[in-house]
Amino acid sequence: MNIMTEQSLENAVGDKMNAKSNEVIKMRGDKVGVFYGEKQALFDVNLDVRLNQVTALIGPSGCGKSTFLRCLNRMNDTIDSARVTGKITLDEDDIYDKNIDVVELRARVGMVFQKPNPFPKSIYENVAYGPRIHGLAKRKSDMDQIVESSLKKAAIWNEVKDRLQEPGTGLSGGQQQRLCIARAIAVSPEVILMDEPCSALDPIATARVEELIDELRQNYTIVIVTHSMQQAARVSQRTAMFHLGYLVEEGATDKMFTNPDDKRTQDYITGRFG
Amino acid sequence: MTDISMDTMAGAVARPRRDIGLKARYAAERRFRIYGVIAISVGLAFLAIMLITIVSKGYTAFWQTTVTLPITFDEKVIDPSGKRATDPNVLVKANYPKLAENALVAKLGIDPANKPMMLKLKGFLSEGARVQLRDIVSADPSVIGTTRDVNILAAANLDSAFKGQIDLSVDEARRKVSNQQIDWMNKLKADGVMAEHFNTGLFSYGASSRPETSGMGVAIIGSFYMMVIVLLLALPIGVAASIYLEEFAKKNRFTDLIEVNINNLAAVPSIVFGLLGLAVFINFLGMPRSASFVGGLVLTLMTLPTIIIATRAALAAVPPSIRSAALGLGASKMQMVFHHILPLAAPGILTGTIIGLARALGETAPLLLIGMVAFVADYPTTPFDPATALPVQIYMWANEAERAFVERMSGAIIILLVFLMAMNITAIVLRRRFERRW
Repeated sequence: MNIMTEQSLENAVGDKMNAKSNEVIKMRGDKVGVFYGEKQALFDVNLDVRLNQVTALIGPSGCGKSTFLRCLNRMNDTIDSARVTGKITLDEDDIYDKNIDVVELRARVGMVFQKPNPFPKSIYENVAYGPRIHGLAKRKSDMDQIVESSLKKAAIWNEVKDRLQEPGTGLSGGQQQRLCIARAIAVSPEVILMDEPCSALDPIATARVEELIDELRQNYTIVIVTHSMQQAARVSQRTAMFHLGYLVEEGATDKMFTNPDDKRTQDYITGRFG
Repeated sequence: MTDISMDTMAGAVARPRRDIGLKARYAAERRFRIYGVIAISVGLAFLAIMLITIVSKGYTAFWQTTVTLPITFDEKVIDPSGKRATDPNVLVKANYPKLAENALVAKLGIDPANKPMMLKLKGFLSEGARVQLRDIVSADPSVIGTTRDVNILAAANLDSAFKGQIDLSVDEARRKVSNQQIDWMNKLKADGVMAEHFNTGLFSYGASSRPETSGMGVAIIGSFYMMVIVLLLALPIGVAASIYLEEFAKKNRFTDLIEVNINNLAAVPSIVFGLLGLAVFINFLGMPRSASFVGGLVLTLMTLPTIIIATRAALAAVPPSIRSAALGLGASKMQMVFHHILPLAAPGILTGTIIGLARALGETAPLLLIGMVAFVADYPTTPFDPATALPVQIYMWANEAERAFVERMSGAIIILLVFLMAMNITAIVLRRRFERRW
């Protein structure tokens, strides 16, 4: 743990001067702990999220990876009994600081959920909702532009361009999830959090969403929780392994899947537990 | 069949069958179904008996016997001293029943000097003729001196006799209609002068001691005022309270206590709300008695728990994924509620509200306590004027002895049931149409 923290600190100092963009740290968790009432669900997690990279969080069910993800845009605030300790920064700012507005934070750190959850409104309204509440479009034409570009970025434009006024709930599961991604993109977030975005999708839809994640990496920083080892290996540059509320190991995905330091990671990746 | 399949079948037969009590299970299932059918049949039978009784007793209330008479608006009767130009009271106080009586006498060919016959004529036409004719003259004084056909209301007993509700085999002295009157009635009927017409008075008249001129007009207006007040007060307060409790309030002991209290309030007998209204609104705040405004307030208190419980259930039924989606996009809690949760919960809220309103519409006990059981003849112009309500009108008519009032009571029950059914059907239609859009 200590070694890793020092590495992260080095990186943090380094990224100010270092030109290599893939080393810039976008978000950093410092000794993050989460309590649900009396029960502690997450212990002293130190984890960095690097700019324009995909960070995959893996681990067996109940290991705290989703809990950590939900800390990154303070979705845990909505649970009365949840309490977060430690420090999480976004571009050096503590997101749990009193001066940080949670609404603004969530506009900067968007989220895509496990189950596709489009609003029961038209496809257009689904995408336009975020920009509208944040006042991002002054005119109707601006809004049309945002909707179109978001749907294009989410690789669903061609499928829905002729039926923007139809309800978003009428799309197939894979299309709904891409619509949700488009909705998240529409508010131009810096970071997109994805909580098992493909677990409710069939393999073809999964492949499309994975492709999409890889494209989105150009413009956004992505943190993805996944139960699929192959998915983590395919889409992520860095992988973090959680177990029983602790961060077991974190590193470059290539290394994690070929030569992990921790035996638990090795066992989990090879399917010996979990 | 091949050998192989024979073999496998033989194998299956050879296997000893376990007794897993299938027979007993199926028997139990059949018994349970029979119990269910019996229960539903008993319920339907009672419903049918109730509806048949009410309708068979009440449908005649929608018809009223009238006698079409050529009324001569004789100046000598209306204004014998010729002072109507200076004294407006003359036209109000004039002896209008005399006009109707004269017309009837002429029609039946009775000698006005024949006192016993003239006496028997008393109580043939309704005293309501006074108001009927006065309204015609007040509306247009130029009718004085002319003759026109008017449908004069028959008296309640003649109305009952005309509808065949009076047993003529009973001794003449012990029934309310004399043989002479029956003869006249049959004569007028044969002439086509005496006939039944749709009883618009049932919907327009106020309270009256005479059945033929009493109606539910005041009760309908009073109930309407109260429903508007309940809707205007209970819906916003109830929805606001529900949203706060369900979406904003922290779950702690205090909110638990509030929740328990709301559930308890929904079960409080309505008469207790009536006492509360009497003590607080009338005695303490000095609001007027018998006013539909106070009735509306009391019914609001009574309906609030129902609306709050229904609204909270509707809000809680909106899936959490919608909340997460809105919050995840950076919507504030209020935006989440008003843009997403409330529209999705609206059908459930409306259904709960309509059912609460229907319950309030049929409520009698609290209204008795705040004095809405009153003899109100004139339409209330504002919610602060004395009024009655539909169920209270039924209660008041139920206390009357006359056959014609019993008939009107059943008619009023039919009208109230129609209102209630219309409201409940609206609730069901709304629920069907908008249910589960996600």
